[in-house]
Amino acid sequence: MLARLLAAMLFALLSVASARAQEKLPVVATFSILGDLVKNVGGDRVAVSTLVQPNGDAHVFQPSPADAKTIADAKVIFMNGIGLEGWLDRLIKASGSKGKVVIATKGVKPHEMKDDDAHGHAHEHKLDPHAWQSVANVKIYVANIRDALIAADPAGREAYEKNAAGYLQRLSAVESEIKETVAKIPATKRRIITSHDAFGYFASSYGIEFIAPQGVSTESEASARDVAKIIRQIRAQKIPAVFLENISDPRLMQQIAKETGAKIGGTVYSDSLSGTDGPAASYIAMMEHNIRQFAAALAD
Amino acid sequence: MNPYDFLIAPFIEFEFMRRALVGSFALALGGAPVGVFLMLRRMSLTGDAMAHAILPGAAVGFLFAGLNLFAMTTGGIVAGVTVAVGAGLIARSTGLKEDASLAAFYLVSLALGVLIVSIKGSNIDLLHVLFGTVLALDDATLILIALIATVSLVALAIIWRPLVLECVDPNYLRSVSRSGAPTHLVFLALMVLNLVGGFHALGTLLAVGIMMLPAAAARFWARELTAMIALAIVMAVFSGYAGLLLSYHTGAAAGPAIILVAGIVYAGSVLLGPIGGLKRYFVRVRHLEA
Repeated sequence: MLARLLAAMLFALLSVASARAQEKLPVVATFSILGDLVKNVGGDRVAVSTLVQPNGDAHVFQPSPADAKTIADAKVIFMNGIGLEGWLDRLIKASGSKGKVVIATKGVKPHEMKDDDAHGHAHEHKLDPHAWQSVANVKIYVANIRDALIAADPAGREAYEKNAAGYLQRLSAVESEIKETVAKIPATKRRIITSHDAFGYFASSYGIEFIAPQGVSTESEASARDVAKIIRQIRAQKIPAVFLENISDPRLMQQIAKETGAKIGGTVYSDSLSGTDGPAASYIAMMEHNIRQFAAALAD
Repeated sequence: MNPYDFLIAPFIEFEFMRRALVGSFALALGGAPVGVFLMLRRMSLTGDAMAHAILPGAAVGFLFAGLNLFAMTTGGIVAGVTVAVGAGLIARSTGLKEDASLAAFYLVSLALGVLIVSIKGSNIDLLHVLFGTVLALDDATLILIALIATVSLVALAIIWRPLVLECVDPNYLRSVSRSGAPTHLVFLALMVLNLVGGFHALGTLLAVGIMMLPAAAARFWARELTAMIALAIVMAVFSGYAGLLLSYHTGAAAGPAIILVAGIVYAGSVLLGPIGGLKRYFVRVRHLEA
């Protein structure tokens, strides 16, 4: 009897200890960019896991059982929404998670997809999910993340508010840097071809036009007609630069550049961050890197 | 739209169309004869199995060097030859038949390939490996495909007689010559080479289509081997040309469009082909009556 009591006490003690060890709030973000934002707002109080790793593509993600476990353990699940994570609902249900799902784009005004060829590919989602390409939208993301973290962990209110405020200031600095850089590029040269039209929000916020040889989703394969159309357009409008992107087929871009004489710009990041050693290890680094690349290719 | 604009102008205006055309012609020249022999030896599905089997090799190449032509080609050839030889050895030294051991090998190989690509974390790349890019053939890739076509044609010319004998009567060949086994191995190597070449343009899933569909279609039009191979090449060349035009005019993805045209040619041959086609069921043939 005594032994049993002792064992029970020991067990209780151990579980308290283990609860102490995990006092960081476990949260999940669906992809690397969102994960970076959550880390910046959460600071030391949260442990962030991301499902789609850097350089991965959130459109066609295949979750593994480990991901289901991560989700099951999470207290808060941050998702982008606007149709980006079609696979998430099933994963949450399958994992039996009780975590609160937070849509980071709540309050963001979603854009219609720019759909040049109306027929061709079946577009199930008409809205453009890549809202983070506009810094103004990311400020809304940050506010949503802050509120969700406060709701899940009221004790950390002060820390979250302080982190968010600091981060919002840095975002404002990046935003004005982007606007100043664009202003220096001659208005007629502000046109870029890139293999993935994830820059719709960037285009409308900062006034650079992006033209893509593929539909918005990386799921569709480019046809000869799409490529021919792009080449004609580059020739006709004298578009100065073609950009490779970290998740689309670089060979196609090289062929287009070769055929038109447009300049191949460096790698830009749209859907995911680079690895920690890369040029776009965080959201802010990504935006700074991208605008520098655009400016360099359009400058001369 | 006049016929010139419809049929020829796209290739005059765009270099990538010319490259795609040359690439698919080269694939047709190398692949179609190999396909005819595969069909005659009742190994039509072997091509499909092997196409999957080269995936892990290409994936390892990709893992180390990205979309690098040399690395992915070498990897694909190594994996394909390993599976072909491994399955053959097991079939010869154990009670398992060749088709079963091949199935086992290629399934393991395919799983390994998908696993390796997913380790890299970038799952979109897998699609490029699986579907290829006929619209983005650079100089190096074109030279590789042309080289493979040349090697295949020359090698087929050299092993022609034993290969035909092996198709028709392998026991007889064994009784008069020892060239059966080497011929078989050279032929398997040619198959792997052509699949690797096709996989750069069409991807692993469709590479086998430009090989088998024209071969199967030609069977309905010719009894004689040389004619059958010539017809298969013509059909494969036509599929490449018409498929690219289809993609150009309708916006269909280029690789699948080429194989789809080959499929239409095959369906037409099944219906109308004079040799064993379905035509005999609905066109009444007058019998000689005594």
